[in-house]
Amino acid sequence: MSQSADLIMEKHFDPVGARVGMWLFLFTELLLFGGLFLLYAIYLNKYPDEFHYASSQLDQFVGALNTIILLTSSLTMVLSVGALQRNSRNLSMLFLVVTFLLGAAFLVNKYFEWGAKIHHGIYPNSAELLQHPQGEIIFYGLYYTMTGLHGLHVIVGMVIMLFLLVFIGRKRSTVMTMAHGNLEKLLGKSLSLTGPKNQKIWQSEPISEEVQEIKLVVKGLITQEKMNSNAVKLENSGLYWHLVDIIWIFLFPLFYLIAI
Amino acid sequence: MASSIAEKVPIKKSFYDESGGHKGILAWLLSTDHKRIGIMYLMSMLTFFLVAVFIGVFMRLELISPGETLMSAHTYNALFTLHGVLMIFFFIIPGIPAAFGNFFLPLQIGAKDVAFPRLNLLSYWLYLVGVVFALLSLFTGPGPADTGWTFYAPYSIRTNTNVTLAVFAAFILGFSSILTGLNFLTTIHRLRAPGMSFFKMPLFCWSLYATGWIQILATPILGITVALVIVERLLGVGVFDPVKGGDPVLYQHLFWIYSHPAVYIMVLPAMGILTEIIPTFARRTIFGYKAIAFSSMAIAFVGYLVWGHHMFTSGISDTSRMAFSFLTFLVAIPSAIKVFNWLATLYKGSIDVQPPFLYGISFILLFSIGGLTGLVLGSLATDIHVHDTYFVVAHFHYVMFGGTGFIFFAALHYWGPKMFGRMYNIKISYLAWIFMFIGFNTLYMSMFILGYKGMPRRYYDALPEFQDLHVIATVGSWILVVGLLIMFGNLWVGFRKGEKAPMNPWGGTTLEWTVPTPPPLENFDKIPTVVHEPYYHAPSQEKSDGEK
Repeated sequence: MSQSADLIMEKHFDPVGARVGMWLFLFTELLLFGGLFLLYAIYLNKYPDEFHYASSQLDQFVGALNTIILLTSSLTMVLSVGALQRNSRNLSMLFLVVTFLLGAAFLVNKYFEWGAKIHHGIYPNSAELLQHPQGEIIFYGLYYTMTGLHGLHVIVGMVIMLFLLVFIGRKRSTVMTMAHGNLEKLLGKSLSLTGPKNQKIWQSEPISEEVQEIKLVVKGLITQEKMNSNAVKLENSGLYWHLVDIIWIFLFPLFYLIAI
Repeated sequence: MASSIAEKVPIKKSFYDESGGHKGILAWLLSTDHKRIGIMYLMSMLTFFLVAVFIGVFMRLELISPGETLMSAHTYNALFTLHGVLMIFFFIIPGIPAAFGNFFLPLQIGAKDVAFPRLNLLSYWLYLVGVVFALLSLFTGPGPADTGWTFYAPYSIRTNTNVTLAVFAAFILGFSSILTGLNFLTTIHRLRAPGMSFFKMPLFCWSLYATGWIQILATPILGITVALVIVERLLGVGVFDPVKGGDPVLYQHLFWIYSHPAVYIMVLPAMGILTEIIPTFARRTIFGYKAIAFSSMAIAFVGYLVWGHHMFTSGISDTSRMAFSFLTFLVAIPSAIKVFNWLATLYKGSIDVQPPFLYGISFILLFSIGGLTGLVLGSLATDIHVHDTYFVVAHFHYVMFGGTGFIFFAALHYWGPKMFGRMYNIKISYLAWIFMFIGFNTLYMSMFILGYKGMPRRYYDALPEFQDLHVIATVGSWILVVGLLIMFGNLWVGFRKGEKAPMNPWGGTTLEWTVPTPPPLENFDKIPTVVHEPYYHAPSQEKSDGEK
């Protein structure tokens, strides 16, 4: 593994390293929620009846719908990653847009769900909620904290998708750079662009000593290297999105289904 | 001979001369070079360290005579909170990994940089953002937090002081710490030079590896805990509020699930540096390489399971108290393994007592005192007697300051010449050590006795029978500060105006000594191939030492 270190540093591209970093980051996310799940477990144990009653007051249908939406979005995310790995850029972007929209649909549902509860005066520290038994206050406290933090993660995931759309959509690419030593050979000569019939389309000034660097940029073209690096970015973002999904898969039964 | 070596080493621009196209301070703030980032961390942390030291001195002054001497009880509360927050979150947790780890991890494993250089810079920026929020919490709104650095609920959710901003700063610093840990783990896994297997890696890197895992697996718990304090203060969800059915003891659990492993974030890298220093100055390889490497991992693992020993008087059950007490004793085993291995390395070594060695070796004595008194605190019966007294304060200052602090200074003396390219005055640094060592022990040894006699911590005043010892401790703090000022003054002058430092001033064997001083951008011209174990002292080198 370490044999490749030299190569990695030369090209500044290490898909395995990026994946290792991403997985480590996912551990930290799991533990972040882990603290909350710990609190949930302890308070469920302390107030089982109140938790069951409060849970039965949540809208199971919206919860189930959101679960389906999020699971489907994980599928479209995988399809997007697969498409880019097979070099189908447009298909990949299409699936990414669908994933984004599903994420948005999840948040819209969540908005109406929270809105209904808040409309009934059930939110942290509200006069209405403080009338309820202690176990219910804690249940709703955890409900708003945990689904809120999860929602925040959905939003972050969607912002990442927007960035990815820009990265994958960008069609401009540097093909080649010449600098320092390589340029000495070209001193006094000039660069030219010729068409298919050898006609001159463009010619540069002769290259003097002031020229530090020559960059060849071809618009509308995406190198395989760029494609690979985008694929790694997309794959890692996909991992993050699945994490968001997995956390919801635990939140859903804990908040919506324990009373059934 | 010397001239032929000079010819062989190509003259390269050092990283100080590569500004990356930016001017002035921006050349630092926008640089992704691990060496520049390491030095930025070092400078920021030493600034906060000195501020926190002077806050400590003021607190000691308050206690020199009975009654209100300098400040009100409330000011004293705010000061010990600030002293703790600065020392722990701004100095000692980022501490060695962020400063020396950043600079020397890639050099020691033969890499050109860390795995994610831009992420590395982001960690530093997050650190700065944390600094800004902490400063805001001091000078805006209702004034600085007065909860102690532990932010215990329910007081932290009820006090009117600026706790929200202060814990938000801690949250951001935690994020910065996670990113550093993640970066180092990936670097160690992916960027070791050819031939450097895990067991040929310098032991400082092993300690950073163990630390990286703790940073990743423990810090998120702190993140969610302080986030809950913020949510609690802003929205009042009630999870830590007994009035609403919450349980404040749960806050203590969550807090110590992070903050006890954090103790090992602070001390493991220090042990790693000592493991570098000892073979260099004993001129022989380390004794028990694998035992030291695995004991780092063992400390990281067992350190996870002992948080309850901070809560023996918080009302947790007897069963869990006994379990936590037992597990606490277990941590002593890997720590002792390290101490014995260091001593075995010194045995029959040809020891050269240079300043880095002297500062480093102080660790063994001071850390042993701190560690053994830790066992007094770890056993249930004695802990009930000395809990929340000066005994605890003395214990963790011996471990943190006498341990990690002294190693931090040892690292400055050991690696400073490599980092800054110049040498300090060696005689003055011995002098500084004498002041610091005497001052340190006068200050904290008297605290042990104070605590044993029953002086509670965090009081701005003391009963008359404690007065004599308080005076001794305060005088000790003056001696300690004089030593610190001499040391920092010497280093400051040395690193700016001292003689040019050679490539390998101490005869070290690890890879950082094979690059020019100060190292060039991207460290190595050609990535080295590693053949020997890290502390291999070639026989010919020993012979030439003997000839001198």
